[in-house]
Amino acid sequence: MTPFARIRFAALLLVLFCLTTASVLAQKLGPDGAPNPTASVTSQKTLLEQAPRIQGRIDIPDVKAGVLMQPAGRTWDYFHEVLLHWGAALVIVGMIAVLALAYLIMGRLRIESGRSGQTIVRFKAFERFAHWLTAVSFVLLGLTGLNVTFGKILLRPLVGPDAFSDISQIAKYIHNFTSFAFVAGLVLITLLFFRDNLFKRIDIDWVKQGGGFIKSKHAPAGRFNLGEKMVYWLSVAAGIAVSASGFVLLFPFYGTDIADMQIAQVAHAVIAILFIALILGHIYIGTLGMEGAFEAMGTGEVDINWAREHHDRWLAEKLEAESRQASATPAE
Amino acid sequence: MARMKFLCDADRCIDCNACVTACKNENEVPWGINRRRVVTINDGKPGERSVSMACMHCTDAPCASVCPVKCIYPTDDGIVLHNKDLCIGCGYCFYACPFGAPQYPQVGNFGSRGKMDKCTYCAGGGGPEAPGSAEEYAKYGSNRFGEGKLPMCAEMCSTKSLLAGDGDIIAQLYEERVETRGYGSGAWGWTTAYNEDVKT
Repeated sequence: MTPFARIRFAALLLVLFCLTTASVLAQKLGPDGAPNPTASVTSQKTLLEQAPRIQGRIDIPDVKAGVLMQPAGRTWDYFHEVLLHWGAALVIVGMIAVLALAYLIMGRLRIESGRSGQTIVRFKAFERFAHWLTAVSFVLLGLTGLNVTFGKILLRPLVGPDAFSDISQIAKYIHNFTSFAFVAGLVLITLLFFRDNLFKRIDIDWVKQGGGFIKSKHAPAGRFNLGEKMVYWLSVAAGIAVSASGFVLLFPFYGTDIADMQIAQVAHAVIAILFIALILGHIYIGTLGMEGAFEAMGTGEVDINWAREHHDRWLAEKLEAESRQASATPAE
Repeated sequence: MARMKFLCDADRCIDCNACVTACKNENEVPWGINRRRVVTINDGKPGERSVSMACMHCTDAPCASVCPVKCIYPTDDGIVLHNKDLCIGCGYCFYACPFGAPQYPQVGNFGSRGKMDKCTYCAGGGGPEAPGSAEEYAKYGSNRFGEGKLPMCAEMCSTKSLLAGDGDIIAQLYEERVETRGYGSGAWGWTTAYNEDVKT
């Protein structure tokens, strides 16, 4: 083949190539021969398969409005209206049922040797302040929070739409502002009771002896037994989680987008419901469930016999420290 | 009874934002709130499309379902309205809305929300105010629908991209267009809003 023939052959190949490409392009033309502008457009179906949201550029300064579509809103609706309603009702009613059953079977745990009449300081004033600051704000947050989920089912039919809206409006502000008090209380509780809630070897013995629920056995404990330590650690963990997710919701679009806020709301709701169940148990054992327990947070002083039965090691340490202090003080 | 819907023919939308302006002007929308907006997908790339979006007035509207005070409801025409007297500004309708329609005027520090505001299909408000009254206009904007007119945004659309009206009729209009010109990028948001799509 001469060089000229070679060039001719190459040119022929190029023409063939162009013809095939053109026939492919021709498929993108409309029925009237006009180019089809949607040939290269991505449909909403493909866009939603690539990402959960369709986002684009927007002319107004409100950048977050650039989210055109987020079908996840319907999923969140399903969570909030179906899963959360049934799940939360099950957990809370279930917890109340368990506590009622515990009361019916075991009754009130009495101070077996009776009251001695002598008391000892269990919680100092500042410790009680920290507890009640957290407790009161927790109850307010819990009730106003439950109102958002269950109010329209339980309260609205009773008081009517207008009164219910007024209540809910106030409840929203209470919920938003009490959160700061709750966080303050949570920080205090975490710091004040941290050292005494570290797990120790004695906690294993406490479990082996039935945790005080078996009347014939004595379960040894320091200042806090394993049950109390569990309440402490679970409350600290749940408290941090609800506070963090709550602040995400309280400050919309501060570094978050719509998907983050949906996740935050799910986390906030689920953890809050479990937290309420935990605290219901805590309230039961601290009031109705056990004789002599409420005084610890009420007046701050507990009966010596109660302390001996429930926190023997702590009482021993406390008495020892007191006698040492007494002997160190010169006699008058 | 007719079921009112919106349909944006993205192949006709030229991102002129006349619908946005028409809406703001017709309804005297509060500062900082856009009941309607135009979003451009694949901006500057091949296959760029602009879509005008507001409240789609969904079937089984998720906003109405999640509202803790039940202030959002669908009318007999399928228009989703709300009562600002009952709204507590919790933000739940915004989380649930697939189209980012509910918005809140900021009333305090941080992100504290006022009464929700969204597209009313130019059908006034869902409150106790008399239809077409000055009180209704001040709270919710125009009640064109009560006068037998369609939303201003769709009426103003220069390319007739944005269609409003009976869902069956606008779907048919769109299908005829697609058949005639031979292409169509679909009715954006319809499957999510109405659990049905146009035939293309």
